[in-house]
Amino acid sequence: MADAHVLQSAFVYLTATVVSVPIAKRIGLGSVLGYLIAGAVIGPYVLNLVGDPENMMHTAEFGVVIMLFLIGLELQPSLLWRLRIAILGMGGLQVVATATAITGLGIAIGLKWQVAFAIGLTLSLSSTAIVLQSLREKGIAGTQAGRASFSVLLFQDIAIIPMLALFPLLATFALDGNQVGAKGALAAYPNWVQGLAVVLAVGAIVVAGRLLLRPMFRWVATSGMHEILTAFALLLVVGVALLMQLVGISPALGAFVAGVVLADSEFRHQIESDIDPFRGLLLGLFFISVGAGINFALLLAKPLLILGLVAALIVVKAMVMFGVARIFRHKFGDAALIGLGLAQGGEFAFVLFAFAQGVGVIPASVSAPLILVVALSMALTPLLLIAGDWAMTHVEAGTHEPRVPEIEEGHPDIIVAGYGRFGQIVGRMLSAYGYKISVLEHDADQVDVLRGFGRKVNFGDATRLDLLRLAGAHDAKLLIIAIDQDEKALELVETARQAFPNLKILARAIDRRHAFQLMAKKVDGLERETFAAAVRLGVKSLMMMGKSAFAAERAGQIFTRYDERVLKLMFEDWQRVEFADYQRIVRDRTALEEELLKRDMVALLGKSDGDEWGEETLEREAFERALAAKAKSD
Amino acid sequence: MLDTILILFAHPSYARSRANRALRTVAESMEQVTLHDLYEAYPNFLIDVEAEQDLLVTHDHIVMMHPFFWYSAPSLVKEWLDVVLDYGWAYGEGGKALAGKTWTQAITTGGPATSYCSDGRNRFSMDELLRPFQATALLCHCVWQPPFVFHASRQASEQTLEEAATRFCDRLKGLTHG
Repeated sequence: MADAHVLQSAFVYLTATVVSVPIAKRIGLGSVLGYLIAGAVIGPYVLNLVGDPENMMHTAEFGVVIMLFLIGLELQPSLLWRLRIAILGMGGLQVVATATAITGLGIAIGLKWQVAFAIGLTLSLSSTAIVLQSLREKGIAGTQAGRASFSVLLFQDIAIIPMLALFPLLATFALDGNQVGAKGALAAYPNWVQGLAVVLAVGAIVVAGRLLLRPMFRWVATSGMHEILTAFALLLVVGVALLMQLVGISPALGAFVAGVVLADSEFRHQIESDIDPFRGLLLGLFFISVGAGINFALLLAKPLLILGLVAALIVVKAMVMFGVARIFRHKFGDAALIGLGLAQGGEFAFVLFAFAQGVGVIPASVSAPLILVVALSMALTPLLLIAGDWAMTHVEAGTHEPRVPEIEEGHPDIIVAGYGRFGQIVGRMLSAYGYKISVLEHDADQVDVLRGFGRKVNFGDATRLDLLRLAGAHDAKLLIIAIDQDEKALELVETARQAFPNLKILARAIDRRHAFQLMAKKVDGLERETFAAAVRLGVKSLMMMGKSAFAAERAGQIFTRYDERVLKLMFEDWQRVEFADYQRIVRDRTALEEELLKRDMVALLGKSDGDEWGEETLEREAFERALAAKAKSD
Repeated sequence: MLDTILILFAHPSYARSRANRALRTVAESMEQVTLHDLYEAYPNFLIDVEAEQDLLVTHDHIVMMHPFFWYSAPSLVKEWLDVVLDYGWAYGEGGKALAGKTWTQAITTGGPATSYCSDGRNRFSMDELLRPFQATALLCHCVWQPPFVFHASRQASEQTLEEAATRFCDRLKGLTHG
């Protein structure tokens, strides 16, 4: 019967997920909100389809553990070192300032200072799970704002340890009977034993990670069975989590440390891809449990109090974080995003509230509404992030674009649109030759990075006519389109052709189809972005196979000439005929041209097989060796 | 210490030249010889002038080894002469970097020795046809050596190849012993 129950729960959870997450994503709310809504719907206060969400929560918290393990895995120690100022400075200041503000408010409404302080510390934490998942989904995890958010979250996760140590000292009421503790199995021992255990456990992870894990992984890998590797990776995370729980550290933090230790091992990518699916599903489960745990009864009983507290929490946390981010010189829009993004309470608040109650700091009457407030604030996060994202892009636009005319007021010879990996190479080459170039880049972060390196880069969308004009398109001779979005590039060709008929246009083509589209718009020249590099690698390959450098070089040139000729012929076909016919024609044409190419290549390099190692060759080599030996002995 | 020899080797399809392989193999087996394969080093014809000049000054004897394409050398040799032998370095005012080094052309030809005379198919003697190289060497203050020539190299029997290799080896040894 128990099996039937598990299957039933699984069915409900999965159905809720499959229905609500795609809907939430499609209307732009992100998967996290989808999970939360699904949880609320199936939870005890709406449909009541699942039992106690607390139980599910415990399983689901493992999703958070896996997530932190994967985060650790992606973090090389060097990156951690580079982020140290953000982690310690921003994170530290945020926790202290937020805790102080909330403690102050608590005392103001008449709580004991100990209670207020414990609440302040607990609520200073934000939700690593929700924020990171949302940032990743929105594609802003790698931006400066994303990095900063991550750093603060990391500090908060570490700060849980001293908080757990501090709470017992704040006890305000006597405990009746047995102590509830998140402190783990060693809670009965004196503090120094516990401290030692933590040090030993972390040390063990570091040492084992360096010395034992590689041989073990190799040994497991020799079984040749993929699922065993997956099982081993999971075992690793579960084991670390258990060990950490035993010594009283949050399992999530322990998993994070283990991840960092393994970050420079050769199995990193293997582990990552093996357990990533578990992360996604379990995190989803976690979000669902949070949603299901929202106590709507309490909300309905005291709606004004609860909603007021939610609003207060979000406002206080957002303002403090915004201020901290500004102190650390983040741009206005970025700071707004970081502030709004980290304004919710965190999943560790549930743990800490339970713990605080257990050690006699916060009475249940106080923590129950607060737990609800945290859950609601978490549910609001995706909406806050949408607002933050909007603030970042729009406030940015407002502060950046007027700078365009200030920077490039000269008259450039050449305009480079798009200054990513491609545009930079062209730009560097041309400025090295002494041409004055003006650069337009639409990615604000990229612009800042480049400016940091001392490059002059204008921020702005090159497809906008007014910006092109400001950049000097009216008297430039050449426009180089190096942006990586194919549609935008085509749009830009059209705009520039119409407005500046004398401007020559060269373009980066993403692929063959894009090349045809650009040719149809009559650009003055184009280069396929991967073609030249691939030919170069082909040349290197021929040399590795023993061909002379000169023959290999020639082969690359012949191949390039062949391919460019074919491209031109195909373009004519492409313009002339329907797609189905085009495919057939290309097939025939390619077959013919490949024959010609083969003939040329063989003429240059000889046949691919038998040439170097034929009988004749071997005889000749033996003869030459004999000659050389004879010359030496003379 | 023995004198050192720099062989500037130029053959665009060296893998198929039996004669050049044979000559090159014996030359490479000699300790005092540095064999520098130009087509291998500069397949795109972008010659590193400084590196080439360094090689030249650190050797006592220069040997240019190549097939006799169109009464001259493969095109990379011409490019090499154009960019490496700088004014003020190899010739002209203060251009004495190569002064006193010997200069030898080591050449393989398709035609037999008899075709290189006023009555032969090629109308001129090897000495006459090599005048541009001789003039170049002299302008660079080098000591011009009689060329090493391996005629009719394509049809050569193994025995002829072996003889030619020995002869080339002796020429190189002769250079180092003055």
